[in-house]
Amino acid sequence: MATTTTKNGAGSASRTPLIKTSQDELDRIRSSYQQKSNFNLGRAVGRVGFWLLIVMILLYTLFPFYWAIVSSLKTTQEVVRTPPTFWPENLTWENYRTVFENDMFLKSLRNSTIVSGSVVILSLLFGTVAAYAMGRLKFRGRSPVLYLILSMTMFPGVAILGSLFQLMRDFNAFNTLWGLVIVYLTFSLPFTIWVLTNFFRAMPGDLEEAALVDGATPLQALRQILIPMAVPGMVTTGLLAFIEAWSEFLYARSFTLTDRAKTVQVAISEFTGNTQFEQPFAVRMAAAVVVTIPLLIGVLLVQRRIISGLTAGAVKG
Amino acid sequence: MGVEGRQLDAVALPEQRKPDQPSRWRKVGSPRSKFGRQQERLGWMLVAPSVLVVVLVAIYPLIMSFYYSTTNYRLTRPDRIRNVGLENYRELFADTVFLNALQNTFIFTIVAVLLETILGMIIALTIHSNFKGRGLVRTSMLVPWAIPTVVSSLLWGWMLHDTYGVVNELFRFLRIDVLLENLGVVEEYGNFDWAGNTSTALGSVIAVDVWKTTPFMALLILAGLQVIPEDVYEAARVDGASKWQQFWQITLPLLRPALLVALIFRTMATFRVFDMIYVLKGYATETMSVAVYTHREVIASQKVGYGSASAVVIFLIIGLMVLGYTRLIRVEEG
Repeated sequence: MATTTTKNGAGSASRTPLIKTSQDELDRIRSSYQQKSNFNLGRAVGRVGFWLLIVMILLYTLFPFYWAIVSSLKTTQEVVRTPPTFWPENLTWENYRTVFENDMFLKSLRNSTIVSGSVVILSLLFGTVAAYAMGRLKFRGRSPVLYLILSMTMFPGVAILGSLFQLMRDFNAFNTLWGLVIVYLTFSLPFTIWVLTNFFRAMPGDLEEAALVDGATPLQALRQILIPMAVPGMVTTGLLAFIEAWSEFLYARSFTLTDRAKTVQVAISEFTGNTQFEQPFAVRMAAAVVVTIPLLIGVLLVQRRIISGLTAGAVKG
Repeated sequence: MGVEGRQLDAVALPEQRKPDQPSRWRKVGSPRSKFGRQQERLGWMLVAPSVLVVVLVAIYPLIMSFYYSTTNYRLTRPDRIRNVGLENYRELFADTVFLNALQNTFIFTIVAVLLETILGMIIALTIHSNFKGRGLVRTSMLVPWAIPTVVSSLLWGWMLHDTYGVVNELFRFLRIDVLLENLGVVEEYGNFDWAGNTSTALGSVIAVDVWKTTPFMALLILAGLQVIPEDVYEAARVDGASKWQQFWQITLPLLRPALLVALIFRTMATFRVFDMIYVLKGYATETMSVAVYTHREVIASQKVGYGSASAVVIFLIIGLMVLGYTRLIRVEEG
């Protein structure tokens, strides 16, 4: 019977009431099952199963990072103890001190901040005006440009590794911060344009139209009406672009050589302890936590917007 | 709630606005009016800088990649660049390391995307209800996604450590070590090195990737679930459909478009996997992906010409996926 239901779209049209019921009664009947009418796996497996699933999901998503934090707070001896302790017996900040005394790591933090910050600013600067044009204006060639941008968001960066390597050398951009910034625009700019175009499109047009009818130029409308409305979207997009740039590894690994331009991702991937012979597990975890915390704070601050922004962008590997 | 669904549609159907359908800017100025011409000029003016940047940093290098792939160019001998036709490609497909990398990449992509879709579906269906702490669970799912890939590789490398890793500890606690010994999967468990052992290395890397991307998949599926209208389920219940019937006959078919988009995006993103494998395993052949191979040839060996051929292969495969994707959407639209 359920088959017929789905085949003719909910089947509501084909159902004719045989018994007349009052509106009150109908509402009562409806509310009696409405709350649990949606399909839900938890309900299908029962109350206990449901909470068991929730606990497992939380453990799965949160335990690894919890483990990084716990490991980073342990002493060098405790971190290699078996069986492991699930909370440090002697809580120590020593590993963080080691990390922040490491010159290479500090420089890489500075490098990453400069690169990611510049990438975000440039992407938003170029991206907002382009997205406005594509979301709000009509001009010939709009579709091809939109297709170009969309396909660029799926572009595999490794496909141009060799030619970028050569270009970086030709322009003396190898192992420089500005070189990385420009290279990062290959993924950051199309992403920004794409998300913001959707954002501009979804905006109600009444205010803008009123301004245009009153004789404002499109640019005035952009500056005075659309940009203020777009600020939340720009903040979210900027944050996502920041996360992407901050986390990027392939280009950073390939196009940097020394402390001058190494980013944090390259630095932590090569992180060693105080001495060559020490197993630097705890220190490495401390560095990993330091590199991740800023991103997590940013994500938590605007999480609601991020989820909708993500589903619009649907990128980032 | 609706917003997320609309956004998702925007991904799937970028050009769905029919050309003759009235839209907001149409009302403001038609292309023939003075206003329309103004828009035309302004539109290009605003788009031009971005298009220029994209052409310079991506399109031009892409063309050069194709060009280099037909040369014997090496950074160490820039003066001896010579056109070799398709020789690089012939050499590439004769190289067992490359073929092995290609195979690894396909296995990695198919298994990882499949697992993360199934797990993501389970998670999305579980949290798609009102319960206390729903917000917390949703937030927790952003954590693996927000962690940089390099960090998650290091993190899992530590957790999978043979002697001190917490994963082996957990397996011992759950008696999985005894189980695996009894099943003959491993001869003697001891401190099994999951990432180091050649037979389990690829599986380990896949598991780490699945951990990182499943929550994201779950959020995408959740967004799709939220736009399925309530009354469809209501009608099904009235007709006496069971929960499982509801899932197979309502949820899954209605989720199809959202699921398809998520699947294809993930497939394309997974196929170029580099960070995860490189940080965890370096250039080890048992886990090497095509991107790692390309990196080895171009950067470590400085064989720009030969490496570019491998890069072009990645580009073409992903390009085919994009084409399939756009066709699929057109078919879906009828």
